[in-house]
Order: sequence, then structure tokens, then C-alpha cells
Amino acid sequence: MDANRTDSNAPTPGNTLPRVRITNATKLFGRHAEIQALRDVSLDVAAGEVVLIIGPSGSGKSTLLRSVNRLETLTSGSIWVDEDEVTDQRGDIRRIREEVGMVFQSFNLFPHLSAIQNIMLGPTTVKKQHRDEVFPRARALLARVGLADKENAYPGQLSGGQQQRVAIARALAMNPKVMLFDEPTSALDPEMIKEVLDVMLDLARDGMTMLVVSHEMGFARAAADRVVFMDEGQIIEHGPPTQVFDTPREERTRKFLKHIL
Amino acid sequence: MASVDKQQSVQITVSDGALIPDRAEKSLFSAWRISFFGAITLLVLFPVISPTPYLDILRFVPDGILTTFQVTVVSIVFALIIGLFTGLGRVSRITIINRIATVYVEVIRGIPLLVQLFYIYFALGQFVIVPRMGAAVIAMSICYGAYMGEIFRAGILAIPKGQMEAALALGLSRSQAMRKVILPQTLRMVLPPIGNEFIALLKDSSLVSILAVSDLLRRGREYAATTFRYFETYTIVALIYLVMTLFFSKLVSIMEERLERNGR
Repeated sequence: MDANRTDSNAPTPGNTLPRVRITNATKLFGRHAEIQALRDVSLDVAAGEVVLIIGPSGSGKSTLLRSVNRLETLTSGSIWVDEDEVTDQRGDIRRIREEVGMVFQSFNLFPHLSAIQNIMLGPTTVKKQHRDEVFPRARALLARVGLADKENAYPGQLSGGQQQRVAIARALAMNPKVMLFDEPTSALDPEMIKEVLDVMLDLARDGMTMLVVSHEMGFARAAADRVVFMDEGQIIEHGPPTQVFDTPREERTRKFLKHIL
Repeated sequence: MASVDKQQSVQITVSDGALIPDRAEKSLFSAWRISFFGAITLLVLFPVISPTPYLDILRFVPDGILTTFQVTVVSIVFALIIGLFTGLGRVSRITIINRIATVYVEVIRGIPLLVQLFYIYFALGQFVIVPRMGAAVIAMSICYGAYMGEIFRAGILAIPKGQMEAALALGLSRSQAMRKVILPQTLRMVLPPIGNEFIALLKDSSLVSILAVSDLLRRGREYAATTFRYFETYTIVALIYLVMTLFFSKLVSIMEERLERNGR
């Protein structure tokens, strides 16, 4: 890690160093790069901060989130997680991905592995930790998301909400510095949304740095430090949840909020 | 629109029953049972009614059955190995590997198996001496390897893209993700089609008799050539093939059902 600090491009380390720094992120899609998914987006997320990203579909929020662990590659701009540059093509993305947990809309649990095996796969495969060492931690994580009794259940035997909680535990097993949530409750039935949000709330209170794409206003008001509103690949405005939700500055934000409330 | 009585509770049943007819396997006289037990009955009945030549034929051909099995099993094992690597090559992001795998599949699928057998045994036989059995197995493996490759490729591509993403997001490398996440799921999915390839290979293995490998068909020919009992001999040979393939196709469909019941 220290070797990276000598990199001339690295932001100056110090107390003010954001956990995630996105500068001028631009992403073009399509054969002639005619679709601008992200247009010059800059965003800093401090350690321990919970940022909620909202916006209409196609506004680029998922693309932005997925760029943070390079599931999408930017056309230009840069993203840093602490002192490591995600967008550096020569860099070791796998090491950064270890430190960035991700939770997907469709859970993406591995259906051929039981709940506990899903959680253990990362630490045993990537960090080469021994099973005996990982097992008690995986169990503790399952208990933390309220599924201590589902250790040997396969994803197909779990409800959507339970699957998503296992997915959160799976990401946490890597001891990430940042957690990315890509619409974690959008695929869930209403009665299961709360159980997932409760786990996320618990994480937020624990001081986890979180970037969340979601329209869950209740969660935003309870846990988010900041709400970012995106439209057409740009950040239109951002601020504390009460400000953005109750007294939005921009007309587009007002229009959008009227739709989802 | 027909008026719906408001008092009546409306129940909407969604089913695909109208689209996919139930497999009629439940009935006592299913197509499979008629064929399978019919064939077995004939195999027993003929020798009982007229021991010559039927009983003689049944005594003559069994080592051919064994050879047919040997060729089939050894070929399927090699074909599976070739097929797995071909399938991986077909989804590889490295252009050269992808191209090699694709050309292999295109070329092999475009040449009849019989011609491939001739080619390896007679054409290449001018330069290197290949034993009959070896030539048979090599040709069958290479041919079926290409088909297996396509099955593996389809199996890999059928795994939702989110699985690879989730594995990569955890920090797994592409090859780790392949080995730990994608392939285990693929294997379950391709088991039934592989079973079907096994049956197809079992039948195509009769082609190796032209290389004078003493498989079931060859043994039948040998018997018929000396006794001129063509009708009786080939009837028995056909019935034995039928019993074998029906037996394995039943195994495959049982396997399919098991997989379906266990869910994904």
C-alpha cells in the first residue's frame, strides 16, 4: 500500500482523504458512443458516510455504482478507493474488489452452494484463509443478518429477503471498507423489504461506508448522510435527505420526487 | 367479453398446461414401455420358438456388445474432456483461443463421422500406423468433442451474467469464478444433453465396424456371412441396440427429472 503513495497521481493522503473519490467520471455506450450514461460526474464519499443515489431509470446511477468496483469501465475520469485507483487499467483490480463489497438487485447468490458456503467462498478462495478459521466468522455473519438457522439452506429454499440478507453477509465476509448496494430491495415483495433495510440500517449505524442506489425514502431519512439525485448521467443536486426531499432546489428533482412519493 | 358474475370469486389459474402436453409416461402402456418390453419379449421369444438360428446368434454376438460398450465409454470420456476445453475456448475472451475452438467445431461438424473414420484409419494410416480400435476411438472422440463443446458452451452461456459479476465483485479471478461458480452450475445443466450424446454415440459406434472392429454390428455380419441368416441376425442386432439405447434414454430422463425436482 505504501508503494502507492509515491504515485504522483495519488491524492494527498491525510485525514481529509475520502474513502471513495469519483472525479469527472464519463461513460459512453453504444456503437458510436452516442449514449452518455455518465457525464462528468464527481462525488466524494467520506469514510463512514452513507450516500443514497436516486434518480429515474437510465439516469446512470447503477452505472456509477458499478464503476466503483470496475464492473463497468469508465470512458474517462478516475475513481479512487482510498489510495488505490480503480480506473488504473494496470492496477490490481482484484485487490480493490476485495475491499469493496457489492449487493445486487437480483441477489446473485450461488445456487449450487448453501448459505454458509456462499459466505465462505470469498475468504477461502480469494484470501486463501483456512475453512476452520472462516467458518465461525461466516456463522457469526449469518447470525448478524438474522439467519443463524439457515446455515445449510440453499438459495432456492430461501425467500427473496433471506437471500438478500445472505448476499449482504457474503459481501461482509471479505471485511470490505465500502459497501455498494445496487437497488437491493427492488426485486423484493413489500413485506420482505423491511428485513433487508434493517440489516442495512444496522450496518450504517456500525459506521460502514455505503453507496446505495435505492428509492427507499424511509431508509434514506433514517440512515443516509447525503442523498444524490441523478438525471441523464449527471448529478443534479445533493445534500442531506431532509433538504433534498423536503426542499429540493432543482425543478427536475421536484418532478422526480413527485413521481416516487 | 363475457359478463362475469360479480358475486362469484374469480380465480385465475396460470399454467402452461395448454402449451406443453403432459408427458404420457404415467400410463401403463407408455411409448417407452411398449418399445422396451416389446423388444425384450421378442429377444426372449424368438430363441424359445426357434433356437436355431436365434439362440446361436445370441451366443455369438455378446463379445460384440462388450466392444461396442468399450468404444462408446472410452470415446465419451475423451469427448467430454475435449468438449469441456472446446466449450471454454468458445467463450474465451482471448481471440486466438476462441478462434481455434470455433474453427475446430466448424470443421468437425461439417465432415461426416464415417468420412472422419476413413480419414484417420486409411488416409492417415499411410503415414502412421493406427490400430483399428485406436482409430475408432480417436475419430469418435474428436467428432463428439465438437458437439460436446457446443453443449458446454450453451451451458456456460445459460448461467445468468450476475453469477460471474457476483464472483468478480468478491475478488475472484475469472478462472476462479469459472471453476468455483460457473462450471459447477453448468455441469448440472448439461448432464441431460450429455446423456443424449452418449446414446447417439452408442448408436454411431456401429460405424466402427467398417474398420473391422468386432463390435455388435460386425459380429452380426460375421455370423450372417457364414450362415446366410441375414434377416434373423440383423433383427437380433437391431433389437439389442434398441434395448440398450432405450435403457440409457430412460436413465437420462430419470436424471432430468431429478435435476428438475432439486431445483436450480
